[in-house]
Amino acid sequence: MAHSYTPGLKVTAYTVVRRERKLPLAGTVLVKVGDAVKAETVVARTELPGNVQTVNAANMLGVLPEDVAECLVKPVGSSVAKGEPFAESRSFFGLFRSKVPSPIDGTLESLSAVTGQALLREAPIPVEVDAYVDGTIVEVHPNQGVTVETRGTFIQGIFGIGGETSGVLRVVAGSPGETLKSAAITETHRGCVVVGGAHVTTATLRHAVAMGVKAIVIGGFDDQDLREFLGYDLGVAITGSEEKGLTLVVTEGFGEIPMANRTFELLKQCEGRKVSVSGATQIRAGVLRPEIIAPRLEAAAPRDGSGDGAHEGGLEVGSLIRVIRQPFFGRLGKVTALPAELTALETEAKVRVLEVDFGNGSRTMLPRANVEMIES
Amino acid sequence: MPVPAESLRSILATDCGSTTTKAILIERRGDEYRLIVRGEAPTTVEAPFEDVTRGVLNAIMEVEELAGRKILDGERIISPQQGNEGVDLYISTSSAGGGLQMMVSGVVKSMTGESAQRAALGAGAIVMDVIASNDGRLPHEKIKRIRQLRPDMILLSGGVDGGTTSHVAEMAELLAAAEPKARLGAGYELPVIYAGNKDAAQIVRDRLEDKTALVVTDNLRPVLERENLTPARDKIHDLFMEHVMAHAPGYKKLMTWSPIPIMPTPGAVGLIIETIARDEKINVIGVDIGGATTDVFSVFQGVFNRTVSANLGMSYSVSNVLAEAGLANIMRWVPFEIEEADLRNRIKNKMIRPTTIPQSLEELVIEQAISREALRLAFEQHKQLAVGLKGVQQERTISDTFEQTASGETLVRLDHLDLLVGSGGVLSHAPRRSQAALMMLDAFLPEHVTELAVDSIFMAPQLGVLSTVHPRAARQVFEKDCLIRLGTGVAPVGAGKEGQTMLRVSLELPGGKKEEFSLAYGDLKLVPLADGERAQATLRPEKSFDVGEGKGRERTVSLRGGVVGLIFDGRGRRPFGLPEDRARRIAKLAAWNKALDIYPASKAAPAGAGAPAAVVVGA
Repeated sequence: MAHSYTPGLKVTAYTVVRRERKLPLAGTVLVKVGDAVKAETVVARTELPGNVQTVNAANMLGVLPEDVAECLVKPVGSSVAKGEPFAESRSFFGLFRSKVPSPIDGTLESLSAVTGQALLREAPIPVEVDAYVDGTIVEVHPNQGVTVETRGTFIQGIFGIGGETSGVLRVVAGSPGETLKSAAITETHRGCVVVGGAHVTTATLRHAVAMGVKAIVIGGFDDQDLREFLGYDLGVAITGSEEKGLTLVVTEGFGEIPMANRTFELLKQCEGRKVSVSGATQIRAGVLRPEIIAPRLEAAAPRDGSGDGAHEGGLEVGSLIRVIRQPFFGRLGKVTALPAELTALETEAKVRVLEVDFGNGSRTMLPRANVEMIES
Repeated sequence: MPVPAESLRSILATDCGSTTTKAILIERRGDEYRLIVRGEAPTTVEAPFEDVTRGVLNAIMEVEELAGRKILDGERIISPQQGNEGVDLYISTSSAGGGLQMMVSGVVKSMTGESAQRAALGAGAIVMDVIASNDGRLPHEKIKRIRQLRPDMILLSGGVDGGTTSHVAEMAELLAAAEPKARLGAGYELPVIYAGNKDAAQIVRDRLEDKTALVVTDNLRPVLERENLTPARDKIHDLFMEHVMAHAPGYKKLMTWSPIPIMPTPGAVGLIIETIARDEKINVIGVDIGGATTDVFSVFQGVFNRTVSANLGMSYSVSNVLAEAGLANIMRWVPFEIEEADLRNRIKNKMIRPTTIPQSLEELVIEQAISREALRLAFEQHKQLAVGLKGVQQERTISDTFEQTASGETLVRLDHLDLLVGSGGVLSHAPRRSQAALMMLDAFLPEHVTELAVDSIFMAPQLGVLSTVHPRAARQVFEKDCLIRLGTGVAPVGAGKEGQTMLRVSLELPGGKKEEFSLAYGDLKLVPLADGERAQATLRPEKSFDVGEGKGRERTVSLRGGVVGLIFDGRGRRPFGLPEDRARRIAKLAAWNKALDIYPASKAAPAGAGAPAAVVVGA
């Protein structure tokens, strides 16, 4: 085999992070290259065409579709207020009038001579994109948006829900194996990003919402709790648009799993710093993982000067790995051997394996597919 | 093409999947084409590479190493073959970037709407939604939906030629109002194909030409009684190449490497299934269960159908199988107990780390239980779409009364099925082939006499695209290296009582050996018969059971062997059910697994089996 690729989550104390901030439609960019921005700074703005309403004018007027145009009292393209008639017809020698009132405040956009339908469009919807992280504008994409660059601690989670937010980071767990309890979250955490240990329940999340917490970062979460929190069974891991009052970032997986020590320690080092958090996850083409970014703009340049992104690396003896499937799910260890030959598992499948030491001196064989590298 | 098809000595084919790029090398050996090696590498449409050709080159390099021959000169495929270097032809398929995602629209949901859906599915697309005049949604709801989905392409149909134009105009107006934006690329116009009433073409042009990249083609349902899906499918392929693929990183370069257009992966698999059915003049069902989707293909009475169950798969979508099937339906296939919370977490962990594999037997059993439900649900969806043309009044005579189906009934007749072919990781890579056979039997419930096969290493897509340029080579490699014949399933149809004799079998095996036995209701029995061998069977069903000749009527048939053998499935059909009682269900599953020697004997009852205190979830 020429190549052994093992995906991993990035957990790094200091790196360069770049984020594209783009509008869904062409619009105006409000900043320029070199500008220092805060997470909340609006960097680009546009207007989405408003929602439309259709009105069957021909029916309401009692005329043929091709005759509706003659009944317009407001020309196509003009503004109409809600309830204001934009077309009317007269019948029985002009004695009876039929009127078509506008169902919305908006514009009469078009009229169909084939279907007799009038199309009214509501006012445009303003759309703004903020910088998401404190940093510097390094690139402007004309009419579309910008690229923001920041430097600092960058931690990828494995799964999350909820959108982008930011706040001061507070570690409330004493250790990575602790369960995050409601009692640990108080009014003092309003607007904060709270870091727990191995597990959190729906009840605690709801308490956190009530306390005004912006985000929770945790090692593990039960699927049953996820269903309860969301109100439905999540079918595919495409998240980020949930509006549950906070953003949740799970760093290890589903179940009660202690947060990796390294992740926990890095988060502790960020105590009191403003961080940007996103729960958006897409585990499909265009993999997107939840993240915590803690800018440290005043620090020295990164050691390797590299940006973030997927790490293309082969496993090596000595690599630090995390097991990501039963029966050793969540265990951390060091690769001690990478045998080349295929090895039969208990299932009888013959696969490529590696030997790992979980820290107790004994060696365990695992499928290479069931580990991920802990990148640094 | 530099080398004429008939003189090709070597063919390199790649398939760029959403996570893995697979490459196969085919060479002519004497008079026939054979698979030489297969390589794979991660697909590289994402950062940091953002260039699909990197993954393709890596997969080819693996082929080079395994085959011990040079194919690449730097980053260029040597073509045509020079001595022992390079290949005469390079071809590729792709589903990278999430495949082709479409919305379709018709006037009447169950007529032109369904025809449009069939055209899109047949072209290899995932159909995100079907918008129709009569779909029950208000106009603004349809507009909102169109704006939300951001498809790669829209197929607009509606009306027979010469029919009403107003409904088509209405649909075009809705589209125009929505001002749909494409998923990829903020600055380009969304491709829209109009394939409806030709009299409405100008109306559609007037409304959409300025707002979309509109293409008008032949009506896909010119008259009520006939579909004409090919022009629309061809246009979908063309636009997929021009607009969607071209926006995926690196595809423009990849396209220049091959003289044959890159084809969407599922479209290519469909081609190979169609080819088998046509060549052997048989009814075939093919299924490809992947990580994100499960594609089902069928050819019955010469009519090809394909469906994509976009969110039924074994990794990315595994959690959706749980959501759609329900926990109880998955647990009914598991011959041991497991706590609901534990199972839920395991399934979600597979979803977020989709490339992991089962290490323990317990994990394998659970995964294969989920696959049965994914296959079953995908097949249900397929049966609902693979129907005769709706809205067509059929003429009947007295003699037809009991035979002819009403229009709109499914074309998929399990009692008429000749061959069931499975593909995709969970079937192709099952450690024992008998596991794949039982998964397919459980999910599809084929009736009477049906041959079973699996794609050995998932190379159907590459062979599908190859069949467009060299059908003989594709056919030879498919038969010799790709298709693994598992054997034949014999399943009498009828309901009975547990243990009651339902079928008496007389077999004449190769070499003249004779075997006779009875099959009891509720039992499975395996008779080993190697691939390439045939047994003459006389099947005598009891009076309430049917093996294809009618209830209680004897049937003599030649049964084909395979790597598993002949499987006599006495578990009844119509209805098929598992025991409600937990202990009986577990015992029954264990007995069936033992009958087919599914799992290692020492591990037949994985940890937890029979544990009395666990939370019980099950049928």
